[in-house]
Amino acid sequence: MKHVIVIGGGIAGMQCAAELARGGVRVTILEKQSDTGGKLRNWHKLFPSLTPAEEVLGGLNHALKRSSEIEVRTGCEAAGVTPQRVTLATGEELECDAVVVATGFTLFDARIKEEYGYGIYDNVITSADLEQMFNSGTVSMAGGGVPRRIAFLHCVGSRDEKVCQRHCSKVCCVTGVKQAMEMKELFPSADIFNFYMDIRMFGPGYEEMYREAQQRCNIHFVRGRISEVSPMIDGRLQIKAEDTLTGRPLKIGVDMLVLLIGMRANDMNTVLEERCGLKRQPSGFMQPRDQFLHNTESNVPGIFYAGAVTAPKSVGESLNEGTAAARGVLDYLAAGEGSNKLTVAG
Amino acid sequence: MINFGYSINKPRVIDIDRNNLHKSNEILREMPELQTCIGCGSCTATCTAGNLTEFNFRKVHTLVRRGEYQGAYEEMNKCMLCGKCRLVCPRGINTRGVVMLIKRKLGDF
Repeated sequence: MKHVIVIGGGIAGMQCAAELARGGVRVTILEKQSDTGGKLRNWHKLFPSLTPAEEVLGGLNHALKRSSEIEVRTGCEAAGVTPQRVTLATGEELECDAVVVATGFTLFDARIKEEYGYGIYDNVITSADLEQMFNSGTVSMAGGGVPRRIAFLHCVGSRDEKVCQRHCSKVCCVTGVKQAMEMKELFPSADIFNFYMDIRMFGPGYEEMYREAQQRCNIHFVRGRISEVSPMIDGRLQIKAEDTLTGRPLKIGVDMLVLLIGMRANDMNTVLEERCGLKRQPSGFMQPRDQFLHNTESNVPGIFYAGAVTAPKSVGESLNEGTAAARGVLDYLAAGEGSNKLTVAG
Repeated sequence: MINFGYSINKPRVIDIDRNNLHKSNEILREMPELQTCIGCGSCTATCTAGNLTEFNFRKVHTLVRRGEYQGAYEEMNKCMLCGKCRLVCPRGINTRGVVMLIKRKLGDF
């Protein structure tokens, strides 16, 4: 039986493993955390349908458990990859017939954008923090109070030369709209302001959600990037931006600021490039063989990609890539088997 | 002639066909990075001059790029060259350099 190693037990890796097992292949998932699920474990609800993240994870975990051919090894980090062998950080070597790299992304560390005050002011939080608050069931200000005015800032750690993240993280726009609506639901009397540069509603139902946020939820969208955050005498946060649509500088005091942090490439990608001969894009994300017909294949035959390891992606897109990569692996293995048979016959 | 008190307003339209883009192209050739501006307004938000006067760096350089040079030099003179705009620009544009360049190129407008 052929053996495939999937590096990364996030949603793309899980989906890929389940599809591979269905295709009659033995799969080992290497996950560095203590459990599968990746970043989705810390997410509450998914845009635009507000499906609980738990529901998606439950389905994926169920598919993994149903197959006896999938082994999940947690607390396991890969240090070297070839199509035939994966070397773990511990030095252990695992043999295989193909590898799927589904290592995902790293959340941008908002402390780097010091001017926004994350880690300095108590009520500056990130979109990821907010999801965890939603999960824990208590959303409040640091002191426990109810926020009366909340601001969201789009593009933190995205489209920003100053922090070497030139790319657009794609999903933060719609996350900002979703979270603003969720906050409005929790705090109906609060005023909510989203500061944006462009609102990129690329998916089905996203634009409709944006419209609902404006019309039904009365969320205010201000076109301007926040330039700095400073404390006010009453402990609130003062935000400065240009209201670019009126052409005048704007300031506003808020109780809470949510930074919509972007996705950046994993540090491990440089290792993949330097030690494993895999190509990286200028953004740091891995480079698929091509953007259209082989977007789940790497430049090395036998090493495949699935999910956000190649670019920021939504949950749905990552899941689709898991399936697509599995299909590619199965074809690759079948072609290899064919050539083996030829050699035997010859 | 009887003056009825009516007159024709100068059109407000930015007429790209009529505007002479020569200077604007010259400026962009010297500093192509200016074309990467996404109009986020960070520069104007931090601008000390912009907080106290009508000065709006984003607007002035955008007008210059459209061939609207009238008053651009005088506007740029409000800049105190403190460079805070350059610190916050997400596109890494040398905004202070843009101010100097526009002043140099449009001194006679």
